[in-house]
Amino acid sequence: MGKIKGAVVVNTERCKGCELCIVACPSKVLALSKQVNAKGYNFAYMANEDACVGCSACGYVCPDACISVYKVKVE
Amino acid sequence: MTTKDIIKPENLVYTKSRILNDTPMHYCPGCSHGVVHKLIAEVVEEMDIQEDVIGVAPVGCAVFAYNYLDFDFQEAAHGRAPAVATGIKRLMPEKYVFTYQGDGDLAAIGTAETIHACNRGENIVIIFINNGIYGMTGGQMAPTTLEGMKTATCPYGRDTAINGYPLNITDLLVKLEGTRYVTRQSVHNSASVRKAKNAIRKGFENSKEGKGTSVIEIVSTCNSGWKMTPDQSNKWMVENMFPAYPIGDLKDI
Amino acid sequence: MSEEIKLMKGNEAIAHAAIRCGCDGYFGYPITPQSEIMETLMDEQPWKTTGMVVLQAESEVAAINMVYGGAGCGKKVMTSSSSPGVSLKQEGISYIAGAELPCLIVNVMRGGPGLGTIQPSQADYFQAVKGGGHGDYKVIVLAPASVQEMADFTALSFDLAFKYSNPAMILADGVIGQMMEKVVLPPFVDRLTKSEIEKQSPWATYGKPASRKPNVITSLELESKDMEQRNLKFQAKYREIEENEVRYEELACEDAEYLLVAFGSSARVCQKAVELAREQGIKLGLIRPITLWPFPTKLIQSYASSSKVKGFLAVEMNAGQMIEDVRLAVNGKVSVEYFGRLGGIVPTPDEVVEALKAKFL
Repeated sequence: MGKIKGAVVVNTERCKGCELCIVACPSKVLALSKQVNAKGYNFAYMANEDACVGCSACGYVCPDACISVYKVKVE
Repeated sequence: MTTKDIIKPENLVYTKSRILNDTPMHYCPGCSHGVVHKLIAEVVEEMDIQEDVIGVAPVGCAVFAYNYLDFDFQEAAHGRAPAVATGIKRLMPEKYVFTYQGDGDLAAIGTAETIHACNRGENIVIIFINNGIYGMTGGQMAPTTLEGMKTATCPYGRDTAINGYPLNITDLLVKLEGTRYVTRQSVHNSASVRKAKNAIRKGFENSKEGKGTSVIEIVSTCNSGWKMTPDQSNKWMVENMFPAYPIGDLKDI
Repeated sequence: MSEEIKLMKGNEAIAHAAIRCGCDGYFGYPITPQSEIMETLMDEQPWKTTGMVVLQAESEVAAINMVYGGAGCGKKVMTSSSSPGVSLKQEGISYIAGAELPCLIVNVMRGGPGLGTIQPSQADYFQAVKGGGHGDYKVIVLAPASVQEMADFTALSFDLAFKYSNPAMILADGVIGQMMEKVVLPPFVDRLTKSEIEKQSPWATYGKPASRKPNVITSLELESKDMEQRNLKFQAKYREIEENEVRYEELACEDAEYLLVAFGSSARVCQKAVELAREQGIKLGLIRPITLWPFPTKLIQSYASSSKVKGFLAVEMNAGQMIEDVRLAVNGKVSVEYFGRLGGIVPTPDEVVEALKAKFL
């Protein structure tokens, strides 16, 4: 049976670190970076890359449209 | 397979709509406005109507909606968006015309314009952001502020003896002959975001058919005004706002 | 085609002229003494012929905002009302001026303040020529004195509004609105097509083609330096209008020792007063400002500087409003006096002559 693997890319300059994506992620993939962007926000990043299934929940809830989601079926 | 292998154009399943431009939005972190802007952009892109949509921005936090959405826009005076939209739609009936209004705009200063546009059955879409507070002016009481809810102008909580009751204007609009589709949605989790998007799409599709007004209320958060984190705000909204403003379709004919 | 002479009220003439000059939309709310404008439009049903939209709004506030919406699309749109209703429209007029949108607002004045009276008045002069709502702005104001001018100024107002991307107003009064006179209506002109609108008003929100950036209609500039620039641009435009668009009529001014200054109905009364005064050997003339803003300041200045003119009498159906602009023009060179009636009363020619004698002779 194929396994679904996903990945997200955060536009770190648009991200305001609201954490809604972190709450929305069912696989606990995301966390806030210790680094900050130009506006001083801690931005979201994939802290647990292996767990991502590309469900896009983070993308849907993101108020700043800064998340792109990628998904592949691994045979 | 590494993350780098997955991040390839052919594997892209979700990203920002091109209709939402690259200007960073001025909203507070976690604000519901951003999600709703994004949904409008996605619907306009998917329906391929960028050349045929004219938005009407309100006074309030969303006053700058036109800075983010990549199509023609008019900025209305406070509360007058439904009248402005009426003027546009009557003169350009072939266009998709929508208003984007907050609770103060739609349900206080613009009550007359809202009710009469709906009563005439203007073939427009009204997107109504109800977060129970005036965000832009600094967290004052809205017509939809809940009983007991604290704001800058009811710092001890809304007292119905002084301030009257939370105004459920969407329920009123259901009763008007001119409304065709009235729904109440939210954008606090991925399932609700998908439903809200479907509702917005349905509103735009309705306006093409010329059968009346579509009203889409989005029960929303204002975490700055509510003085909570975005996540706490969502939970507070589910517990407190939803009982007063229940989610679901109210009218669909 | 030979001229078609008709007999009708001033209000009706505006309605017919609007249809004929290719107006795209009318939005209004009934109020005496101008309701015949919308009634005539509804009776004519222009949406079946020219395609013009006519809509009775829920309030004057809504009507002027419908005008904002239509004007923002580059359409030729108008509204009409009378004094209390025009007060309600001031918010919208300020936004329209701030967004630089062309439109026509008709005010058929009645006596105020407050609910006042339904009888004719000219007491909205200040409101019309000084801006009216909040902020530094000007509305082009035309003052008709006949039913013919009600018709003629409808098309002229639209021309000026579009020429300068600015609201224009017809400031009439209950007399001009209600009286019947013969009128030659203007010929029918087609409404502008989509491509003509896009050419005339490239800033309008007619739907964003792929070839351009979004058009935004707004009066908002949060940055004060941008807002100052926007205001300076407005002021430059207003100076240009003052330079180019002053309109007036002179009657028996060549040898006049005294000059009446009056507009609208008052000017009709003054026309007779000039005749009566001259029968009595008084060398009286009349200046009738047709544009109240821009005001014929230079013309009045030149008469004030001439050695012949000894004094001006401003005759108005208000407590003395236009007289301030006359005094600014005369700048103390000769005496400027006021005569007027209030509360909906139209002065008689005899009263004007008597007032002239009492003040100057």
